Amino acid sequence: MTTSSLRYRYVKQHVFFGLVRLSAFVLALALCGILAYIVVHGIGALSWEFITQPPRDAMTKGGIMPAIVGTFYLTVGAILVGLPLGIVSAVYLTEYAKQGPVIRIIRIGINCLAGVPSVVFGLFGLGLFVVSLKFGSSILAGSLTLGFLILPTIIGASEEALKSVPQTFREASLALGVSKWQTIWRIVLPSALPGILTGSILGLGRAAGETAPIMFTAAAFFTAKLPSSIFDEVMALPYHIYVLATAGTHIEETRPLQYGTVLVLILLVLGIDLVAILIRAAIRRRKKW
Amino acid sequence: MNIRKAAALAIVCCLVAAAPVLAAENIVIKGSTTVLPIAQRALETYMKAHPGVQISLSGGGSGEGIKAIVDKTADIGNSSREIKKEEIALAAKKGVQPVAHVVAFDALVPVVHPSNPVQGLTVEQLSLIYQGKITNWKEVGGKDMRIVAISRDSSSGTFESWDHFVMKKAKVSPRAQMLASNGAVYTAVSKNRYSIGYLGMGYVKKGVKALAVAGVQATPETALSRQYPMSRELYMYTNGEPAGETAKFIAFIKSPTGQKIVAGEGFVPIQGAAPAGKGKKK
Amino acid sequence: MNRKQKEAAIRAVFFSFALISILILGLIVVSLFREGLPIFKQVSVKDFLFGMEWYPTYDPPSFGIWPLIVGSVIVTVLATIIAIPVGILTAVYIAEVAPGLVKDVFKSIIELLAGLPSVVLGFFGMVVVAPWLQDTFDLPTGLNIINASMILALMAVPTIASISEDALYAVPREYKEASYALGATTHETILRVVIPSALSGISTAVILGMSRAIGETMVVLMVAGGAAAIPESLFDSVRPMPASIAAEMGEAPFRSAHYQALFATGIVLFFITLAFNLVADYISNKFKEVGSGTL
Repeated sequence: MTTSSLRYRYVKQHVFFGLVRLSAFVLALALCGILAYIVVHGIGALSWEFITQPPRDAMTKGGIMPAIVGTFYLTVGAILVGLPLGIVSAVYLTEYAKQGPVIRIIRIGINCLAGVPSVVFGLFGLGLFVVSLKFGSSILAGSLTLGFLILPTIIGASEEALKSVPQTFREASLALGVSKWQTIWRIVLPSALPGILTGSILGLGRAAGETAPIMFTAAAFFTAKLPSSIFDEVMALPYHIYVLATAGTHIEETRPLQYGTVLVLILLVLGIDLVAILIRAAIRRRKKW
Repeated sequence: MNIRKAAALAIVCCLVAAAPVLAAENIVIKGSTTVLPIAQRALETYMKAHPGVQISLSGGGSGEGIKAIVDKTADIGNSSREIKKEEIALAAKKGVQPVAHVVAFDALVPVVHPSNPVQGLTVEQLSLIYQGKITNWKEVGGKDMRIVAISRDSSSGTFESWDHFVMKKAKVSPRAQMLASNGAVYTAVSKNRYSIGYLGMGYVKKGVKALAVAGVQATPETALSRQYPMSRELYMYTNGEPAGETAKFIAFIKSPTGQKIVAGEGFVPIQGAAPAGKGKKK
Repeated sequence: MNRKQKEAAIRAVFFSFALISILILGLIVVSLFREGLPIFKQVSVKDFLFGMEWYPTYDPPSFGIWPLIVGSVIVTVLATIIAIPVGILTAVYIAEVAPGLVKDVFKSIIELLAGLPSVVLGFFGMVVVAPWLQDTFDLPTGLNIINASMILALMAVPTIASISEDALYAVPREYKEASYALGATTHETILRVVIPSALSGISTAVILGMSRAIGETMVVLMVAGGAAAIPESLFDSVRPMPASIAAEMGEAPFRSAHYQALFATGIVLFFITLAFNLVADYISNKFKEVGSGTL
């Protein structure tokens, strides 16, 4: 092997690494660029009034408080639907299930559910909850739809958390004569709780940011008051952005508020995700097993 | 245990939130984006005087408004067009009797970018442009540049009006931009010097230039007198005669206070032509 | 109830919960078919899928979704073409090239990008990218295929990158050590050993990324322009299927022909994404148990 051919190979390596680094940094640049642009244009709209007041003057002034409240209700509702279903499913899959065709089908089902487009979820929610079950366009219908949307996320994270509990824990418990269910309830689940929490928080973030599932099932352009029952329509942050930008009555004048709403939504979702990431990092450091 | 406490708290919150509405009445309004600014302002004023009433308002297009009445998913359906025969039949099948309330007058105005030198067009020219048969502004007396036609999607009452007055069932070229609302059309035309669009009168503001049709400019006077060829009523539909809060809200819009709101938003009050000087805003 | 019965009961209850995912999937299919199938009494399947005219509210209406399908396909393909190199190279960067702290930072960046709500990206594309495109290239509109594809690529990259990264990690160390032992440089090892071994995982990543792009609603609704016609250039507007459904659903009267046609479009969309996901699932399972090659 001659040194010149070796040098040639190292040149190729530098080129390749350069490409690799370039692509990663382009990605980082895109993210930071978008965030920076929105922060710059939206920060002017942020104020205590913006977060606590309802919109005034055809939404050219005032705030987005009803949308924040609406998003809150919808997200909490989604978690109330998705978390129990998800955890129990995950517990079954990791603790009780025997390998076989049934489990394969369930897993395929979960993966496919994860891949269903959000607008199809919206159609489904419309057909089942709004119309057939006659809930109407409401927090209830929206929460159920969103809850099913985030179910695969919660199942996936819970499964991972449960699997990471060492088998020795279970074996020790069973060796002491504790029943299987008691083992799960008192030993496995508490140990897996931080991981499950992370997953649910990520699911929460996703539910807060989705628009298409709530377009036909829960969201309204403007509500005079805050919702007083789960059968009311609500305003919601992602839907608010969409309508103000595409279907509003004063699109240009509300532009600063649109940026502000986008910023609030981003802060909310990224904040939620960041909390989840930090919790996960803290668990990984704390774990002594 | 912490999980238990959190779960209990969550359930309590849920129950509190789920307590069914007892006293406050609910009005759900959906439909036309043309009527939306009127409904929005009226809503803001109305709720200050009637704090107990929960009103929720959405856009989506006249088709959505009428559908909401037919499907009984709304109390008031805003529409910038008359209900169609098929919709009346569908409503009858579902036991719904749509009643129209005229709340304002409007004119359908073709608009172009302010830099466009064209002053007016005929109905025939407008139709050919939207069919895609006239493709360059120089063919209608403008500069030598292509025409970008901006239209509304199928749920729009404004689109139906355009079809009624201009297209007369001829198909709009699929290459036309389909936008979701008057507001979106305004934004698009104000930013695109090749473009032409059409708006309800209340949306015609500084950023676009209104064209005369058959030599007549759209003003509150020409709209009411029908001298301007593309004038229309704006409706709120209800299922049967309205009752309770719904009736009060519609009565409010028809009242002088409500009609002042109509004029303030750039439309034409039903009582008569708006006084000179008012009408178009900003 | 004695312990054994209690255990069996719990197991049965939990099993039924686990079936929920399948149940929901089934309910979705049932809902879609129930509301969408009736349209085929008016329009043949062939006319629906391949008809060139989507005029659902005209008199008489025509329900051909071919332009919508073409629109979906074009933006997805273009988005994937942009996203594959960026996604895989970024995955390579994170898995093989980046030093420790940078690696964690980039993993967080990918996760944060994945968490960005689609409406935010749609807003950005509509309000920032579109005017820029329109002014820079003197276009009739900035809401077109190029814009939509770029934004969709931004959404697909995190999926592709994170799954590819997992696949690259899963390549046994022995492969890399063997390659180094034979005198290969790092980049040669990556290109000729690691990536080929991870290829099944990477293909899964790409397919799932495509599935995400084709099903994405808000971005195409706000950015792709809405013209239901076969595009003639990359700067034309299109109307992908999810955009059409979302835009028109509000006004289609309950169980009218239009309503049914939209649900039928939903059926088509659902099965396309289902196919993508099943293929990805198949690939990832078939090539899963790659042994480490040692005893």
